[in-house]
Amino acid sequence: MAKPKFKKEQYLKWYEDMLLWRRFEEKAGQLYIQQKIRGFCHLYIGQEAVIAGAMSVIRDNDNMITAYRDHVQPIAKGVSPNAVMAELFAKETGCSKGKGGSMHMFSAEHKFFGGHGIVGGQIPLGAGIAFADKYNGNDNVTLCYMGDGAVRQGALHEAFNMAMLWKLPVVFIIENNNYAMGTSVERTTNVLELYKIGLSYEMPSKAVDGMNVEAVHDATEWAVNRARNGEGPSLLEVKTYRYKGHSMSDPGKYRTKEEVEAYKKLDPIEQVLSTLKANKWITAKEIEAIDDKIKDIVDESVQFAEDSPYPDASELFRDVYVQDDYPYILD
Amino acid sequence: MRTIQFREALREALNEEMRRDERVFLMGEEVAEYDGAYKVSQGMLAEFGDKRVIDTPIAELGFAGIGVGAAMNGLRPVIEFMTFNFSLVAIDQVINSAAKMMSMSGGQFTVPIVFRGPTASAGMLSSQHSQAFDNWYANTPGLKVIVPSNPYDAKGLLKSAIRDNDPVIFMESEQMYGDKGEVPEEEYLIEIGKADIKREGTDVTLVSFGKIIKTCYAAAEELEKEGVSCEIIDLRTIRPIDYDTVIESVKKTNRLVIVEEAWPLGSIATEVSFKVQKDAFDYLDAPILRVTSADVPLPYAPTLIDAALPNADKIVRAVNQVLYKA
Repeated sequence: MAKPKFKKEQYLKWYEDMLLWRRFEEKAGQLYIQQKIRGFCHLYIGQEAVIAGAMSVIRDNDNMITAYRDHVQPIAKGVSPNAVMAELFAKETGCSKGKGGSMHMFSAEHKFFGGHGIVGGQIPLGAGIAFADKYNGNDNVTLCYMGDGAVRQGALHEAFNMAMLWKLPVVFIIENNNYAMGTSVERTTNVLELYKIGLSYEMPSKAVDGMNVEAVHDATEWAVNRARNGEGPSLLEVKTYRYKGHSMSDPGKYRTKEEVEAYKKLDPIEQVLSTLKANKWITAKEIEAIDDKIKDIVDESVQFAEDSPYPDASELFRDVYVQDDYPYILD
Repeated sequence: MRTIQFREALREALNEEMRRDERVFLMGEEVAEYDGAYKVSQGMLAEFGDKRVIDTPIAELGFAGIGVGAAMNGLRPVIEFMTFNFSLVAIDQVINSAAKMMSMSGGQFTVPIVFRGPTASAGMLSSQHSQAFDNWYANTPGLKVIVPSNPYDAKGLLKSAIRDNDPVIFMESEQMYGDKGEVPEEEYLIEIGKADIKREGTDVTLVSFGKIIKTCYAAAEELEKEGVSCEIIDLRTIRPIDYDTVIESVKKTNRLVIVEEAWPLGSIATEVSFKVQKDAFDYLDAPILRVTSADVPLPYAPTLIDAALPNADKIVRAVNQVLYKA
């Protein structure tokens, strides 16, 4: 067996984080069916290594922005699972005060710039966030995530072009789970290798195994270092897979059970667990203890969300304008 | 008092605010090396350098979004659209990002940004370069919308817009950039959301804003010769609208004509009419009338433009109608 590339503590951290995110999302799926969570609900199950492999690279001051599959990222950036679950429940204690919901998690404190619901809309925003850091002369880096569907939006091409022109400290990360809702990549393009889109802007671009957290870490480290050193943007096409439907209302008829099962054999969490086991870095008892701890965290988040109140109706006219006496039309 | 051009008033506002606050920058097509498509930003590259006066590719969606992202992360961008006709390819970022960010983040991310440039018709430019989307933007909560009509207002309001912590749409006109007006040397600000009575009168209230208000001035001159006294209210800001000033005037004159360059359906004229019938119904001595652009895309030929746009004759006719003289 090859010697593991990272230290035991790193694998343990990845394992615990990813398992928490998965259990959190599994719970969110159950609660959606029970109609405790409403609206749209896009789960991250299967894609955990994409974020885990980035979190082991970036600093607290680095920024993150993504689309609407966004429950896991704020937790990774430091938001409490309680606040994310409460947001899913539309409660005032949610990380967007119950005004954003599943698709619009935010945390200014943890530099999570949201959850955005218009496909590709977050790509120029990510470039703009990086623009501000470059303007201010700091060495923060922005990670800007998008799905394979977003690659077809004009916003991407305009943002890529300007990000390269101005050498903005941003890493663009395509989470290619092969389906834009129900439409596979090959049904939308002749360019099946999505990282090549970056090459037309001479943006250093790579494809990465997104089921393997070590590979994601290495690629993210390469891209983040480039950005931090003033070398400008990079593009990562992280090849991943979502086990669940596009959203909770998706029966997934556009793909086979066999395909889903084949990917589950590459499960990112199982891969890390098998490294931990092979090196005798974890015992059955410790695995059980981690399971218990995570179950408690998830259960507590649900309890917190259940116990929290909905926003008071008086909140309706707050947070729309900074101006506190804005004269809303009331008739 | 000295007189300067509308474009110079805007430039002074930009220069003063950029000197005052390092976080303010100007971005858009041809704003830097070309000195501005309409010379609003003339000389600014020389003073502030290419870090703060930034030419973009022709990519409105992209640079509008970059501006919003920069505002979310602490800067105060001024984004120039060469005209608001071109803002339609960027409107997703204006409406879905700038206007919504504060609300959907529960107040955590604000977007102190100004989108500015000329709006509406500007000569024989045909349909795609002649549109007034003022009311479209005014419809959206989260935005503020300013449409000034003279150099003095433009300067004071643009300075306020740049200092404002909410996203502001600031709409000018190619046909006003050369207009001259009195602007004091000393610094001043004009409060957003306050209308201005441009001419006092007793017989009928004319409500308008932006470039087209000039047709009201011409109509009022004509009507004065016939002994009709027009009060002209310049809304200046169309989100929020200063309804009180309009209502007070209507209570005095009892007659209202609204003049606007947008198309009629869902216009600012429609909105003001609603408000006046609701709050001043008993004061009205005649139905409210409006003079807007014709309900068609604006064609090229001058005869068709004359037929389509508001002008003094149409306003005189409308005023005579509310006075039951027609």
